Amino acid sequence: MFDEKVIQMILEGIRDTLYMTLVSTFFGYVIGLPFGIILNVTKKDGLKPNKIIYSIGDFICNIIRSVPFLILLILLIPFTRLVVGKSYGSTATIVPLVICAAPYIARVVEASLNEVDAGVIEAARAMGASNLQIIFKVMLVEAKVSLLNGVTITTGILLGYSAMSGTVGGGGLGDIAVRYGYYRWQTDIMIVTVVLLIVIFQIIQHLGSFIAARTDHRKR
Amino acid sequence: MSEIEIRELTKKFNVKEHTVTALDHINLSIEKGDIFGIIGMSGAGKSTLVRSINFLETPSEGQVLIDGVDLAGLSEKELRKKRSEIGMIFQGFNLLEQKNVLDNICFPLEIAGVKKKAARERARELLKTVNLEEKEKAYPSQLSGGQKQRVAIARALASDPKILLCDEATSALDPQTTESILQLLKDINEKLNITIVIITHQMSVVTRICKKVAIIENGILVEEGVVDEVFESPKSDAAKELILEKKTQYLPIDNLKEDRNIRIVFQDNSSYEPLVANLILNFNKPVNILKADAKNVGGKARGEMILGLPAGEELQDEMIDWIRQRGLIVTEVKEDV
Repeated sequence: MFDEKVIQMILEGIRDTLYMTLVSTFFGYVIGLPFGIILNVTKKDGLKPNKIIYSIGDFICNIIRSVPFLILLILLIPFTRLVVGKSYGSTATIVPLVICAAPYIARVVEASLNEVDAGVIEAARAMGASNLQIIFKVMLVEAKVSLLNGVTITTGILLGYSAMSGTVGGGGLGDIAVRYGYYRWQTDIMIVTVVLLIVIFQIIQHLGSFIAARTDHRKR
Repeated sequence: MSEIEIRELTKKFNVKEHTVTALDHINLSIEKGDIFGIIGMSGAGKSTLVRSINFLETPSEGQVLIDGVDLAGLSEKELRKKRSEIGMIFQGFNLLEQKNVLDNICFPLEIAGVKKKAARERARELLKTVNLEEKEKAYPSQLSGGQKQRVAIARALASDPKILLCDEATSALDPQTTESILQLLKDINEKLNITIVIITHQMSVVTRICKKVAIIENGILVEEGVVDEVFESPKSDAAKELILEKKTQYLPIDNLKEDRNIRIVFQDNSSYEPLVANLILNFNKPVNILKADAKNVGGKARGEMILGLPAGEELQDEMIDWIRQRGLIVTEVKEDV
């Protein structure tokens, strides 16, 4: 039903979509994980409360999160050009995806760390653990399952956002859907890309849940 | 020099606009090798007190000295070192749920920078001490409450502490498991000569293993002494209430208003004479047995009985004297107790 060219294009679309999603999730965590830890530790009843640091972090988080992604994508064009040299294509899309994801990831991490039993943290303090040891050896370890679930949710969201970036030439399956489905009225190609996005999302979600359940030792 | 010395310890909390005094000028000395019970009703301040001993709570006023060293004078790093020399176990066990038994016990050693292999060897030794060798690969969720507390005890012992703090360590356990955990604590105290401080609201825990006891009520230390003596003749209302363990609420004291109720404590040597029978024969008047119980206090059998005496103050005084002459300890039990 499709010629070789179209199939080739769709395969490249899958590759670009996965590339954007996974790389932006990774860099999102590089920024968002420490950001989330800082938010959790400096909050009012955190390990080392610090009102000034928390308020600044909280403010930055809320500002970025309240800008719709599509607008952020456009607003960041000069910055993207500065970082990767151009403002279109899948590599360029990763920049706004990371900026958008980082504060979201920070919130997810902050919430995951909140779930760690205060009694376990107290026990570690009683053993003479330092705050850094408590963060890395107690909180991150005990919150592991919740953090992994957070990764799954974030990856799913970034998959959707990467497709959205197709409207401004971001590459990947979203780009194909917009160019062929919207501008050229080739509904069949659009349907194929949408189905592929659904399949990729399902795989991410199931794989994530599976890994999280496998590593959970709380109940068995 | 006492191992733990608490001087004029006061702790205040700010709750909204109010200041709550959780501990009010507490003075306490705990000697090396003691099993020391701190008992009080919930909210009395005993948990805050035990947390002050390793500075998990910083006192508002007063001092805590461990082996003569004032904790307030230590740097953050020195304090962490000191804390590693004081083991602690909790009501909720507080084990790391995502680590197995062996790794939980290794945890304090990992924090102290001990090599993994040495830590595992030490952890296996401790598993033997607490009788859980076969559970080293299990995760806390697969253990019973008693087993979890055993793991917590092994973990607390990993860094060779001189002091072990127990915060309501048996409160979440059933009576049999409580008994076995208390026996384990006693063995540890004898074998390793570790000073043990036990926080509890159960008098039975104190009478079972403690040598000395302090009673806390509303943040104030109301009574302190050797367990035997406090159990035989409690002076403070709080002590009386705790010793009777609220069982009096089931007693028909309301129906016996004109009567006088007394509590008698029997010692090993006084259990041979049929006391109540002789009392009745001697005075030719009935007495009412409201409660009778036997307890193991520090390894010795102690009987306890509450009697309702017949009307007539003179007769009652004579009866009390008669009992006292037989070497028994008599205390009055008030209606409101």
